[in-house]
Amino acid sequence: MPSYLLDHLSALEHEAVHILREMAAERERPALLFSGGKDSIVLLRLAEKAFRPARLPFPIVHVDTGHNFPEAIEYRDRRVKELGERLIVASVEESIKKGRVVEEKGPRASRNRLQTTTLLDCIEEHQFDACIGGGRRDEERARAKERIFSHRDEFGQWDPKNQRPELWSLYNARLRKGEHFRVFPISNWTELDVWMYVKREKLELPSIYYSHTREVFTRDGMLYAAADFIQRLPNEVVTKEVVRFRTVGDMSCTGAVRSTAATIDEVIAEVAAARVTERGATRADDRFTEAAMEDRKKEGYF
Amino acid sequence: MSASNELLAMEAGADLLRFSTCGSVDDGKSTLIGRLLYDTKSIFEDQLEHVEDVSRRRGDEYTNLALLTDGLRAEREQGITIDVAYRYFATPRRKFIIADTPGHVQYTRNMVTGASTANLAIVLIDARQGVVEQTRRHSLIASLLRIPHLVFAINKMDLVGWDEAVYRRIESDVRSFAARLDVQDLCFIPMSALHGDNVVNRSDKTPWYAGPPLLAHLESVFIASDHNLIDVRFPVQWVVRPQSPEYHDYRGYAGQVAGGVLRTGDEVVVLPSGMPAKVARIETFDGPVEEAFPPMSVIVHLASDVDVSRGDMLCRAHNRPVVGQDLEAMVCWMTDQPLRPKAKYALKHTTRTTRAMISNLQYRMDVNTGHRTEGVSELGLNDIGRISLRTMAPIFYDEYRRNRTTGSFILVDEATNATVGAGMLLSEPRWTGA
Repeated sequence: MPSYLLDHLSALEHEAVHILREMAAERERPALLFSGGKDSIVLLRLAEKAFRPARLPFPIVHVDTGHNFPEAIEYRDRRVKELGERLIVASVEESIKKGRVVEEKGPRASRNRLQTTTLLDCIEEHQFDACIGGGRRDEERARAKERIFSHRDEFGQWDPKNQRPELWSLYNARLRKGEHFRVFPISNWTELDVWMYVKREKLELPSIYYSHTREVFTRDGMLYAAADFIQRLPNEVVTKEVVRFRTVGDMSCTGAVRSTAATIDEVIAEVAAARVTERGATRADDRFTEAAMEDRKKEGYF
Repeated sequence: MSASNELLAMEAGADLLRFSTCGSVDDGKSTLIGRLLYDTKSIFEDQLEHVEDVSRRRGDEYTNLALLTDGLRAEREQGITIDVAYRYFATPRRKFIIADTPGHVQYTRNMVTGASTANLAIVLIDARQGVVEQTRRHSLIASLLRIPHLVFAINKMDLVGWDEAVYRRIESDVRSFAARLDVQDLCFIPMSALHGDNVVNRSDKTPWYAGPPLLAHLESVFIASDHNLIDVRFPVQWVVRPQSPEYHDYRGYAGQVAGGVLRTGDEVVVLPSGMPAKVARIETFDGPVEEAFPPMSVIVHLASDVDVSRGDMLCRAHNRPVVGQDLEAMVCWMTDQPLRPKAKYALKHTTRTTRAMISNLQYRMDVNTGHRTEGVSELGLNDIGRISLRTMAPIFYDEYRRNRTTGSFILVDEATNATVGAGMLLSEPRWTGA
């Protein structure tokens, strides 16, 4: 007698595939937001699961801050080519040149927040009506409340107090002109689920997720990669450390953790034993205020 | 438990249990969730530090674990939970998704939302107070939403001196009102969430209690039959037609199995056309599968060239859903603008969207007592009532109690695009044709 029960990773996978197909069926101009990070790499695999052997019914969009890890960009280009899909790059550098945003100055300058404008401009230019993102509810307090089909008004803003109730697996994908959705197929996944899936699917990741020796400096208790475009404070000394990254964002706000985990199994063991959330450990962007993510999301951030 | 043990077991195939909790801070709900997360090592240090820090700044006398789940600024400012929050934890046996919802009557819609995807609901009872209005309300909503398993957590037992008589009386009170509810599986656990008794570890204070602690129950409750595995229902979601010479004749019907076990070689019919067809193969990205069951997302290929598109449904010839336009349903109303007879909405049911008119409002149900009031003219925000609807196009449905996927629908206001109603279909109306 077979057991008609899916293991938890399969259950999450089948849910995500259903969400992706529902979005493709109900929206005319979707796009998949790809960062080169593990969550968006998992999303790409899920998109293959949902639509192959046909082509993906949407382009892949990358918001390029110009301050990315070169390993992530190299990975992006290779993966897109392998898949034979269309890549659209929205550039923060361009937004700065066009005067849409003003570059922050000083040692703590980051292009993280500027991405929001670049992203919203890109959505408007291509008239995207649904952007698939790799956000997960376990990442952060505000995200724990976010819908799978998360509505954005004509200004790209999220209204957390006025979200549509989301029942069963019946997604309300209706929009007015100029509005769009952010769609989060891996809402119910945890960091550990993502890693276990990377292992199960034998997904390649950018090398920076695994242990390597890198020049870093310490700021506010976090390790940052040394890079030409990051201005250091006088007391910040560059040293060589054995590190890896738990998240991959803009270099100016993504911290490394000391780690010798060089294989997928070692990373999984480390994640399972971790006592600090990945954002708490490595993302300066969530540390500004108690509601940093909520505030950025309201503005239209990922 | 060690991290490596956890991993080995999870890789070997832990399954997934979704459960809902409802209640306010006073019931000890947040303490209970905090306890489950903390004792399974699912709260991270930075989250706990954050909660401790905010509790201190707010002048709370204890670490207010509610701050963990109350994610939005407005919630923290007002000290209330206004929305469903999802939380995650795992043990070697299972991964758990908690839909944590507020318990007051003005948040009925949030409770209904959280309950809609749950396999199990935890209803908290304060041992000092016994069964109160809120207990009945939570049980009624769980029963209405057909959550298969109900756990009554009789909490704060330490405050009644771990008195077995108190526990027995509450159990008997619950059983007497639950007899009128439609719940298959009831379970009672005496506990103290604050002190951790019978939450993760068995308590030595309850020698008279033979059952498992809460976590052991959550890990072992049998959920394999929570989905309908009898009636084959495959709503077609998306047609896969690659535009490449290599796949010139490829035509696959993608969807998530909503009921039954669909097998290669099965004779099926396509609704609404009623055309017969044979399942040539069932495939996934990882290759063909012999059978597909809920909630698998697969691609079905039919042997003959029949016309099938999104919104159609595959089923067995001798086991069909109801095909109808006149529907009877219980509906939970989710918006300020009241439901009134004659109003029209968009109706989404499985992968099919049509329009519907409210043809009749039969009664409003009191969510605390189950009492029905007939002759009402509208349903307001958070009201639950029985309605009749007429749809523009037929839908293919089952009674909600038989299948939660093919028995549910949402109503959408076409002017605002807001989701305004959650509906649970009842059996075929007896009065049709009469």
